Amino acid sequence: MKVLVPIKRVIDYNVKARVKSDNSDVDLTNVKMAMNPFCEIAIEEAIRLKESGTATEVVAVTIGAKASQEQLRTALALGADKAIHVETDEKLESLHVAKLLAKIVEQESPELVILGKQSIDSDNNQTGQMLAALTNRGQGTFASKVDVDSGTVKVTREVDGGLQTVELKLPAIVTTDLRLNEPRYASLPNIMKAKRKPLEVIAAASLGVDLSPRIQLVSVNEPAKRSGGIIVEDVAQLVEKLKTEAKVI
Amino acid sequence: MKTLVIADHDNGQLKPETSKTINAAVKLGFAVDVLVQGADISAMANDVALIDGVSCVLVADSSAYAHQLAENTADLVLSLASDYSHIVASATTTGKNFMPRVAALLDVAQISEIIDVVDAETFKRPIYAGNAIATVKSLDTKKVITVRASSFDLQSDQAAAPLTTIDANLENQLSNFVSVEQTESERPELTAADVVISGGRGMQNGENFALLNGIADKLGAAIGASRAAVDAGFVPNDMQVGQTGKIVAPNLYIAVGISGAIQHLAGMKDSKVIVAINKDPDAPIFQVADYGLVADLFDVLPELETAL
Repeated sequence: MKVLVPIKRVIDYNVKARVKSDNSDVDLTNVKMAMNPFCEIAIEEAIRLKESGTATEVVAVTIGAKASQEQLRTALALGADKAIHVETDEKLESLHVAKLLAKIVEQESPELVILGKQSIDSDNNQTGQMLAALTNRGQGTFASKVDVDSGTVKVTREVDGGLQTVELKLPAIVTTDLRLNEPRYASLPNIMKAKRKPLEVIAAASLGVDLSPRIQLVSVNEPAKRSGGIIVEDVAQLVEKLKTEAKVI
Repeated sequence: MKTLVIADHDNGQLKPETSKTINAAVKLGFAVDVLVQGADISAMANDVALIDGVSCVLVADSSAYAHQLAENTADLVLSLASDYSHIVASATTTGKNFMPRVAALLDVAQISEIIDVVDAETFKRPIYAGNAIATVKSLDTKKVITVRASSFDLQSDQAAAPLTTIDANLENQLSNFVSVEQTESERPELTAADVVISGGRGMQNGENFALLNGIADKLGAAIGASRAAVDAGFVPNDMQVGQTGKIVAPNLYIAVGISGAIQHLAGMKDSKVIVAINKDPDAPIFQVADYGLVADLFDVLPELETAL
């Protein structure tokens, strides 16, 4: 079984995004970038499927500028067998990404696609579901457990108020939630080996997808700041303030 | 121009997010129809009819929709979409699941988790864990939108709107429901509670979360957790408050043993009053707290329970 794992290069999760002074966007110049945390979980799950003998090949794919090859090399160092870079300098929306990925799915015919549920930059939480729609596959979103059987995959989903388990016909799409696994770190020898693994570059424009914008970014602003509070001495003062000043208890 | 809202419910109980999402939908300025889909939903459909601003309730009552699976829910919404300029749902795990599928099938973008309606095509939404607010304009003729319910108010009541039965019985060939494990709790739901008390890594283990119970009982609070506490395996993920968990905005939010990572603040910083209890005076949580108490939580929690 072949597993395709789309990944994304995003701002490092420890870095606080700053808004540009002209309010046109978030300023990413000289900001540390990394693989989106949910994508790391997706790669990890695919590699575990390979280690358990369920998957035979893990293919990582990313869509973006040349720099995103860095994250593909990370995926290869973690254990992916080959990587595909769909190169574009355009700022793409989830729908564009899903359409480009649908082309890669057509080309690679994976039985399972595992993606992060959301990227921590645009916070859209859309791509996996859209890819499932465009490829007419079942979707198991926000997965905390993935069990592949012959011809099906059981996915336990993190839903409001508990867990829901669904069974999908393969081929299918799964998106990862936090508790699915704990991603490993790449070892130095594996990082060296990753440099020799195959990385195919495809121009996004060659895939025949309409990439014209559907959403116009009007402006980006800082959120309203909370005014600073006070430090209370003890529990008695805290309860007193909550009762008489804040009047919330 | 007309708006379709898809009601959110947990198979029996209408979620408060539905009313708040209708509040957002009314702000678009067009008539609002609401689709209620599921099995045995007539009582909920009647409840929806009483929410102010609802013109008509579309009732799709069929065992095919019993578990609100994304695949046929999306097909159902798609079958109704031609009559509507705006399709709106709450950004709950249900809405987040089927709405992007609807958008892709309609070949339009989705605007996720709006927190404000500027006009019928322009919306505000948080990006980068809420560290920036983007104002975005949809260029598509049909808008598919999910709503961050905590940013909108509950609607008041009205005289019942008419109900229409939707006969489409769309079976789903791609996925099957297997089981559901509902977290049993007497407490209010996190996203609906007036008071939320959350524990972080400082709680040290899952058993210590019991220290929050007495306080939650006295305040009628829901209990939440930071991602660090969930990652450490102290508590289940459905308790997670943050960028990747639940977004809450209660009247009172009490953060206990939570340092205040960016991604946690994204889930609670719109709370009316924030209290932080942490033994580290430099913890970033104090920068957003109205009232901070620098102390060991294991000393303070029993004291707080007694004082309430």
